[in-house]
Amino acid sequence: MEAASAPGGGRALLARSPLARLPDRVLKYGLTVLAALILVLIVFFFFELVGEARPAFEKDVLGFVFHNNWNPSAEDFGAWPLVVGTLITSALALVIGVPVAVAAAVYATELCPLRLRTPLSILVELLAAVPSVVYGLWGIFFLAPKLQPAEQWVADKLSFVPFIGGGLVTIPNYFVAGLVLAIMILPIVSAISREVMATVPADHKEAALGLGATRWEMIRLAVLPYCRSGIVGGAMLGLGRAIGETIAVTILIGDAPKLGHQLFGQGYTLAAVIANEFGEAQGLHRSALFAAALLLFVLTLFVNGFARALVVRAARRTGQTGAEASTGGTSMVAGVAAGA
Amino acid sequence: MSTPAPTADLSARFGLTAGRRRKDKFARGVILAATILALVPLVLIIYYLLKKGLGAWSSSFFTTDPTGNTFFKNSDIGGIKSAILGTIEMVALASLISIPIGVGVALWLVEYGRNSWFARVVRFFVDVLTGVPSIVFGLFIYIVLIIGTGSSFAGYKGSLALSLLMLPVVIRSAEVILNLVPAGLRESALALGAPRWKVIMKIVLPTALPGMVTGVLLAVARAAGETAPLLFTAGSPKTTTYNLSEFMNSLPVQIYNDVNSPSTEVVNRAWGAALTLVTMILILNLIARLISRRSRLA
Repeated sequence: MEAASAPGGGRALLARSPLARLPDRVLKYGLTVLAALILVLIVFFFFELVGEARPAFEKDVLGFVFHNNWNPSAEDFGAWPLVVGTLITSALALVIGVPVAVAAAVYATELCPLRLRTPLSILVELLAAVPSVVYGLWGIFFLAPKLQPAEQWVADKLSFVPFIGGGLVTIPNYFVAGLVLAIMILPIVSAISREVMATVPADHKEAALGLGATRWEMIRLAVLPYCRSGIVGGAMLGLGRAIGETIAVTILIGDAPKLGHQLFGQGYTLAAVIANEFGEAQGLHRSALFAAALLLFVLTLFVNGFARALVVRAARRTGQTGAEASTGGTSMVAGVAAGA
Repeated sequence: MSTPAPTADLSARFGLTAGRRRKDKFARGVILAATILALVPLVLIIYYLLKKGLGAWSSSFFTTDPTGNTFFKNSDIGGIKSAILGTIEMVALASLISIPIGVGVALWLVEYGRNSWFARVVRFFVDVLTGVPSIVFGLFIYIVLIIGTGSSFAGYKGSLALSLLMLPVVIRSAEVILNLVPAGLRESALALGAPRWKVIMKIVLPTALPGMVTGVLLAVARAAGETAPLLFTAGSPKTTTYNLSEFMNSLPVQIYNDVNSPSTEVVNRAWGAALTLVTMILILNLIARLISRRSRLA
């Protein structure tokens, strides 16, 4: 009552002493500094990398990226064969992996019996728990030798097709690396597609079915168009992962720094060249590898930024409560699927 | 009134032509086939891991260090003791570093930053970290701690590289869970006069804890399987060490080195190590899933 009659005095009565407020301040500013540290870390990281890579960029940046020769013994470093190798394997991963991942997501959300839904999702996500090096081990000792006769057959039959046909099929090659990458990006693409598909309003689906659409027509007309940007975002996240994937590709690509003329021939990627050559690299060679890392960093940055934007937009449009929940939800999935 | 022929079913009466029905059947078949196709690699990998890996397992496999005697046939190539211990030590230290920092940043995002521009920038940068290839983290630590200090590889440097990798996963998963803590809980505590730090420490964190364990365990599982960040930070010695400032072996790096060996025995050792690693990671995943099922949040 007294406090109510004198508002100013009431405030003073309720206010904490500066000493009692200290822990609050400490916590708040401590946590803020911690969060700011993340930014400092990344910026610092970027500049350190640029600094170390500078000698390789000395002539000009484009010259490093588009020069088609990677020859450490001649001290000639052009990243073009590596960039092309990265693009070939990642594109293969997308072409093979995304349709399968989206189909698995469609099956899990729309077609499969309710009881099977969770076990199916868990099984697909288990693929993410297998470490990259184990994919490499399995790929080089099981998958690649088993596939080689089939690959040779395709190469012989399609010998008139440039890039695919002709030539001798080696055990490690672009195709096997791309195939294993496809398996590795399956879980994340599938998880995000499933999450986006779960947000399709039941009204839309029921309307389609009510108008006499078959299940497939309902999926094609109501589900897939609604999820398009989310699925594309998921695929881009998969692409980011495929570009940066190192160890499995290093084992499966054959480590030949020449421009990929042949799908079933040996090649190299940006990440693989670092894993393979950094141990013995000196001087300019080492700088060139740092430059390759920088290229990789920038490339994944763009791909991931674009992907996040798409996934967030897809989730936001579907009317979840605020952007936070949606982005958070997506990255939880990304975290779950991040085993690779 | 023309009654439909007994063979014509409902769908025919409602105009579902045979073509559309066939298309539906076909599309469903393709989707089912693709789903099965997605599961084939999992089955094959697990089958080969068990087939090759169990053959390599023996009691001495886990209790002896690997040796370099790979040149002669039938020489003793040793086991994977140093690799198992190295992985456990480095991942433990990486967790000790990344979990407090990660949970702290997540707390700041949820409790203080919320939707301010600065919080949005931090979120964006955390997402950037998620996308950085793991080998680039290794090179970063190499630049700062090996070129920068002029010293050589060490276990703790590997741990730091792994903790960079774990950080975004911990932050994002902890943020999701902290967001799920009911605002009513915070408001009641604040209304009762509790200071903010007490609300965070005594109400928000304990409520969110079981849910956060899931995300943390998944981050740990991810770090345990990583090879690339350790290649140029921790090295690959043969002997067991408990000193984190020495070179330190790890399961993924040992597998990676053994894969390139021409000796079948060494490759078998890699299969045994791979089975060990996958078992460890699957156990972590399993615990994470069980805990997340128990948690009231999420």
